[in-house]
Amino acid sequence: MEKNKILLDGELQRVKHDPLENVNIARSIERPTAKDYIDMIFDHFIELHGDRAYGDDASTIGGIAMLNDMPVTVIGQQKGRDLDENLKRNFAMPYPEGYRKALRLMKQAEKFNRPIICFVDTPGAYCGLGAEERGQGHAIATNLFEISELKVPVISVVIGEGGSGGALALSVGDQMWMMEYAIYSILSPEGFASILWKDSSKVKEAADLMKLTSFDLFNLGIADKIIPEPTGGISMKGPYQDCMQYLKDLLVGEIRSLKAMPIKGLLKKRYQKYRNIGI
Amino acid sequence: MFKFFGKQKKFSASQFKQKEVPEKLYNKCESCSEMIYYQDLDQNKHVCPKCGHHFSLKAYKRIELTVDLGTFREFNKLMKTKNVLDFPGYMDKLDKASKQSGLKEAVITGYGDIQGKRCVICVMDSNFMMGSMGSVVGEKITRAIEKSMKHRLPLVIYCASGGARMQEGIVSLMQMAKVSAALKKHSEMGLLYICVLTHPTTGGVTASFAMLGDIILAEPGALIGFAGPRVIKQTIRQELPEGFQSAEFLQDHGFVDKVVNRNDMRKTLYRILKIHGGE
Repeated sequence: MEKNKILLDGELQRVKHDPLENVNIARSIERPTAKDYIDMIFDHFIELHGDRAYGDDASTIGGIAMLNDMPVTVIGQQKGRDLDENLKRNFAMPYPEGYRKALRLMKQAEKFNRPIICFVDTPGAYCGLGAEERGQGHAIATNLFEISELKVPVISVVIGEGGSGGALALSVGDQMWMMEYAIYSILSPEGFASILWKDSSKVKEAADLMKLTSFDLFNLGIADKIIPEPTGGISMKGPYQDCMQYLKDLLVGEIRSLKAMPIKGLLKKRYQKYRNIGI
Repeated sequence: MFKFFGKQKKFSASQFKQKEVPEKLYNKCESCSEMIYYQDLDQNKHVCPKCGHHFSLKAYKRIELTVDLGTFREFNKLMKTKNVLDFPGYMDKLDKASKQSGLKEAVITGYGDIQGKRCVICVMDSNFMMGSMGSVVGEKITRAIEKSMKHRLPLVIYCASGGARMQEGIVSLMQMAKVSAALKKHSEMGLLYICVLTHPTTGGVTASFAMLGDIILAEPGALIGFAGPRVIKQTIRQELPEGFQSAEFLQDHGFVDKVVNRNDMRKTLYRILKIHGGE
């Protein structure tokens, strides 16, 4: 753990978070959204819209930008700050066209040899008639399939909620990082409790069992880094600049070293990362 | 070509038959309520002779109906699940599922010939914990894909799954990425992958290998979707249209190549294998 944990304000935080408290912080409306990270970390961001097949899904944003002197492609799942914006963004629950837009932009990045950075923040892929009719499963599956062989570095940062397959479809690259108070799980604790105990109010029990904090994911070897946050979680109403600057420095360094790897080695390492999870 | 069979035990299809629990003399069709004499049902490959309803099939029975007699060689027969997240009660649940189904896990994998065409075949069984995908299911399928790459053989996967296995949490979710990445390698080698979607195919399996076949077949009436109907109903708070998420619905919406009656499945698989050449 310590090797990737860095000093913020000179104080090393090694306290394990209470899972339920952590879930609430991860969902807090004051946390920076994907767009906040994009604005702070990148220059000249131009948002690009649409999946070229059906429409433009506002739950997922993406485009091109500069990271210092490096052209990159940035994709993020975008939550709203108020009800209106959340309705527009579908509470960051993508439809299939959100995943297809993301993949279109990733393929474009591959063509122009741009590294890809994804900001993951979704309760999950949307469940509804239209999502099923237009192949939610197919859209997620295709992303998992194609990203595994994309010939550019791909880094994902889970900034808030990493909900199930909806998060996985944007987080299967070379590196998966988590903000300290972000969560990543197979299902929301509410859904988990509802499936296992037919009682969605047993959120605390579910959160305790699920191993969904950044510390758990790091210990399971799934998260590669934890980005430390100010105590109690990063907030747009508190000091967030240092934390984001730190993330930016890490991204710059990591992309440099991933770009220096021969592409064959990069893809082999990416394959092995997932190949080794499980038995 | 035959030397890789050396280490594997031989099982002929007729042996599976003997091991099965004796069936009831008469079975009631879940769809039209017709009472069917077991021998008639068995002769009709467990399809209701009156209404065409496809009964669920156990994995070994499916293999018996699909591959040439005596050609099936099973891989990783003894691979058993570990309790990766120390989930309380999981091992007992697995033992129970194992006793009920006579299986060690929710998928059976191996070599088999379909009318003389050799392939690697994986068959999921919904009788084992709803066919859910945990680390063993992910690993067995990945190893089967790797075998088919090693020997340049076509791959056939029969899907039947309620989705990712809750008790293995995030590790289950990562199996989607693992299997999809292996399939991408398989595809890059120019090898054929046929998936057959059977009742039910949902969740993490739909959002990974079930939607990645070069050719996707489905059994009539099978429920196929990302989210289950109950979850969608809860989300949108309205009744679902008739036939929503059925195999025919998916064919109409462009996500399944062909709905094939079980009585024609073996022939159809053979024809596809033949058109793609090979041994």
